[in-house]
Amino acid sequence: MLLIILLFLPLVFALFTYLSGDRYAKYVALAGGAATFVACILFKRPFMQGGLNPITYAHAWITNPAISFSLSLDGLSFMLVALTTFLVPLIIFTTYRKEIDNAKSFFSLVLLMEFGLLGVFLASDGFLFYVFWELALIPIYFIALLWGENQDAAFRQRAIFKFFVYTLAGSLFMLLGFIYLYQHVGSFSISALYGSALSDNEQSILFWAFFLAFAIKIPVFPFHTWQPDTYKESPSAGTMLLAGIMLKMGIYGLLRWLLPIAPHGVALWTPLVLVFAVIGVIYGSVIAIKQDDLKKLLAYSSFAHVGLITAGVFTLTREGFQGAAVQMFAHGFNVVGLFFAAEIILQRTGTLSISQLGGIRNVAPKFAACFILVVLASVALPTTNAFIGEFLLLYGVYEYNTWLAAIAGLTIILGAVYMLRMYQLVMLGETNSLTASFEDLNWKEMLVFVFITIAIFEFGLAPKMMMNMMQPSLDLILNYSLR
Amino acid sequence: MSYLLIIILLPLLGFLINALVGKKLPKTVSGIIGSGTIFVSFVLSTIFFIGFVNGSQQKIDVNVYDWIALPDFTITFGLLLDQLSATWLMVVTGIGFLIHIYSISYMHDDEKFHVFFSYLNLFIFFMLLLVLGNNFLITFIGWEGVGLCSYLLIGFWFKNQDYNNAAKKAFVMNRIGDLGFLLGIFLLLYNFHSLHFGTIQTALATSTISHGLIVAITLLLFVGAMGKSAQLPLYTWLPDAMAGPTPVSALIHAATMVTAGIYMIVRANFLYVLAPETMQFIAFIGVATALFAATIGLMQNDIKKVLAYSTVSQLGLMFMALGVGAFTSGVFHVVTHAFFKACLFLGSGSVIHALHGEQDIRNMGGLKKYMPITFWTFLISSLAISGVFPFSGFFSKDEILAAAFEHNKVLWAVASLASLMTAFYMFRLVFLTFTGEFRGTDEQKHHLHESPALITFPLIVLALLAAVGGALGLPEVFQAKHFLKEFLSPVLASANHGGEGAAHEGLSHGTELALMAGAFIGALLSIGYAYTKNVSGKALPVKDEEQSGLGKIVYNKYYVDEIYNLLFVKPILFLSEIFHDVVDRLVVDGAVNWSGRVSLMVGGQIRKLQSGYIGFYLLAMVLSIVAMFFYVFIIR
Repeated sequence: MLLIILLFLPLVFALFTYLSGDRYAKYVALAGGAATFVACILFKRPFMQGGLNPITYAHAWITNPAISFSLSLDGLSFMLVALTTFLVPLIIFTTYRKEIDNAKSFFSLVLLMEFGLLGVFLASDGFLFYVFWELALIPIYFIALLWGENQDAAFRQRAIFKFFVYTLAGSLFMLLGFIYLYQHVGSFSISALYGSALSDNEQSILFWAFFLAFAIKIPVFPFHTWQPDTYKESPSAGTMLLAGIMLKMGIYGLLRWLLPIAPHGVALWTPLVLVFAVIGVIYGSVIAIKQDDLKKLLAYSSFAHVGLITAGVFTLTREGFQGAAVQMFAHGFNVVGLFFAAEIILQRTGTLSISQLGGIRNVAPKFAACFILVVLASVALPTTNAFIGEFLLLYGVYEYNTWLAAIAGLTIILGAVYMLRMYQLVMLGETNSLTASFEDLNWKEMLVFVFITIAIFEFGLAPKMMMNMMQPSLDLILNYSLR
Repeated sequence: MSYLLIIILLPLLGFLINALVGKKLPKTVSGIIGSGTIFVSFVLSTIFFIGFVNGSQQKIDVNVYDWIALPDFTITFGLLLDQLSATWLMVVTGIGFLIHIYSISYMHDDEKFHVFFSYLNLFIFFMLLLVLGNNFLITFIGWEGVGLCSYLLIGFWFKNQDYNNAAKKAFVMNRIGDLGFLLGIFLLLYNFHSLHFGTIQTALATSTISHGLIVAITLLLFVGAMGKSAQLPLYTWLPDAMAGPTPVSALIHAATMVTAGIYMIVRANFLYVLAPETMQFIAFIGVATALFAATIGLMQNDIKKVLAYSTVSQLGLMFMALGVGAFTSGVFHVVTHAFFKACLFLGSGSVIHALHGEQDIRNMGGLKKYMPITFWTFLISSLAISGVFPFSGFFSKDEILAAAFEHNKVLWAVASLASLMTAFYMFRLVFLTFTGEFRGTDEQKHHLHESPALITFPLIVLALLAAVGGALGLPEVFQAKHFLKEFLSPVLASANHGGEGAAHEGLSHGTELALMAGAFIGALLSIGYAYTKNVSGKALPVKDEEQSGLGKIVYNKYYVDEIYNLLFVKPILFLSEIFHDVVDRLVVDGAVNWSGRVSLMVGGQIRKLQSGYIGFYLLAMVLSIVAMFFYVFIIR
């Protein structure tokens, strides 16, 4: 029952937010986000000791076909729910300074999206999962479409529309996959699906149905072309939602719904996926080197990072899984920090063009310090959260194949190249007319970075608790994936 | 253990104070916090070190907490203090402390004084972590951490984009090495399920791990060392790193950080002795680097660049020592090099300070009479690095050369040649800087002065150490006890019992004395040649535009940077554009748009079927039924 409260809190607050009107919407939404986070933390205890201990809820919903409103919270889900419920209020908070038109709609959409995301991470019924999956897409579509800041509205509409259609098309394959499964297994329930015995051919078909949906969402090379433009055109809060949380839906989907259900299909296509994932790592990194638009650079960088996460998942090793799980978490914080820095720069200078910036560190030392911290986390410096993730991911890939690991490992070099180049051009050197009067961080902005910094070092120095919480869930998934 | 933690955490505390509230503190307080924390660490280190010397201190190997724990392996946050780490501890905190107090004066006019001290403290913290880690991954934290500090300090004056480029280059080049290191770590973890030094060493005894794997592991780890310790082909960042403030060059880019590669290999000596192929390779790379860098040093005119290439060259000698199995000699040279090279860099800083930023030795000269302390300390250190008896460098270098001689005459010959060049370019530097007439502007001449006590005190201490540091390892032929060899023997047990054998036990005393005398005379001759050329002959290096022929190529460092640029940087930038503009936009996204258009088109055609005429629907229905019957009854 408590699980229902956790899930529906954002929805309820979305309604409150809408009713509270434009003036107070922000505060109500923030309160709703914070309340959901508190609710989430209440669930922490059982996962601390290790062991699977899922908290479940089930209620019959539709009899024919048999669809149950069933939820399950285990260690893996808990970490993603925690990430979501923590980041959503933080993201709401980052907009404190902005005058947002029609704020009540904007913030209730954000909470509606949170509702969808939580549903995705909690659902233990395939159809329910699909419903939440699509539900999460709709709010972000409107947020990106209506609140984007780029002047070229036609270009924005095209980019966002493409994102919508592309990801929707992918999800339809997943729906087909679920229907196909239902016909063969007679149930949407996750435990029944885990227990299914499908032929290799059937699994192979299923693999592509699910993989397409997830791969587009993550995105995995070559299904990524919607992503840079969408990240660029969305308002920063939208980009943070997309990169910080939404893409984790895809990785989560791989772990929870694809690997254990169609293990033979996965085994058949793993080499191909791994190669494409690693291509994405290098390809995205190389492109990021010459990007001039800060948000696009970060988009390609994020694309490279999630490529490595995908590779880790498909190594089907404990280390790869754990690395993927840790990195999902770390990437969530770090990418929000990076896009927040971009947002601050955009607000103060009016541009995201790297070549027009420079010298900001002269006038804004606090911002410079916070920014370099997230940059260093993003290049996986040891003691930061991303190092743990990247170390385990690369080790997982190494266990699969030494040469692939050596190639994927180039990310630590290329990452340093594009991130330090960006930081140098934006922050270092002499100031110019755009940056000369750059105002340093105020305490509210500082606070956001403080939260992110804590996350960076806490999970970089002491990741054990988080890893222990997720290990039983991941082991279970791994067992089913190696059937 | 708690004292050990204090040694590490104090610099971190100093960093945090100066980074968070340093701006509000007076500079003196910032400086005292920065130096004071290191001083306390130094005192504690000394206590430990003395404990090891008189045998009262036992090896400490503790796990502070579990860092990364998985069912298959646990990597702990653990510390190890033994004779080897204690030796490095002394060098890092001791020289670190001297350079901190030097910086109080040197950086006094800089507005980011507190930032400088916070970075220096952070560096010491990571360096201590590097040498005190009890497993490869803790060492790796320190390894990358010092790289970060190096990046921050090279680009300390960040308004200058050239400096920032140098900083970025250092970081990226180090990362290339770090990838090798990381892959080596993977191999170790996979095969031993542990990264703990002691566990791996024990496991090796019973392990069935193949020889090829050991070679691969040691080679990969060495790639890391090539980056951090600036060996061919990853050395080009170090000369550029001179963009940083001079105390940084002394501390990080001469005395401590760049020796991390040597530390790591000595630490992993139990692996390296099992891989003679790797050792051979290290010796080769080392000696090649020693010679290559020395030749470049002959032609440089920037006082710090000469010292930088000399550092690369000396590091090459140290690696050669490791490669021929003379681990102790390598460590010995690390220590003496730390003394004299830190002194030389700080001395160059004193000169640059007095000349208000001038670094070109063509515009110096005659400084002896204005800056006597700087001159004498610089001279002593130069004698030490040139290998003149009885200064410290003579002993450590002699050991290395003797070990090389025993191992392979060619190595010995090339290393000796590099040593002769060292003596020459160092004294070229001394003569051009300190003797003759001052060649700078009148304005500069007017302001010439000896540096204040905070600067000269570290110089004097380091020069003393450079003079007498040889006592740490007096050769056997002198009927003396080799302190360092005995001290380090517990750590190098497996190396000493391995086939390679440490140092030069096998040489007869006669040969050894002959080699020493030869090296000594050679050094004197080189110095003499430098004297005739630059003092008696009063020849000045030519102006940049007058360079020609081979000299021009050497002066331009064999154009290695330009070659790397052409081979790596340009292609990647080109690839970046191709990937984005052609592959991403046209091919991948083109395919997506194409499939979008196709489905629109198909939809557009199918839509026409929905015409609204009942007759058409009926016709379609009838035709379909007929087709179905046809299919069911006739075809099947």
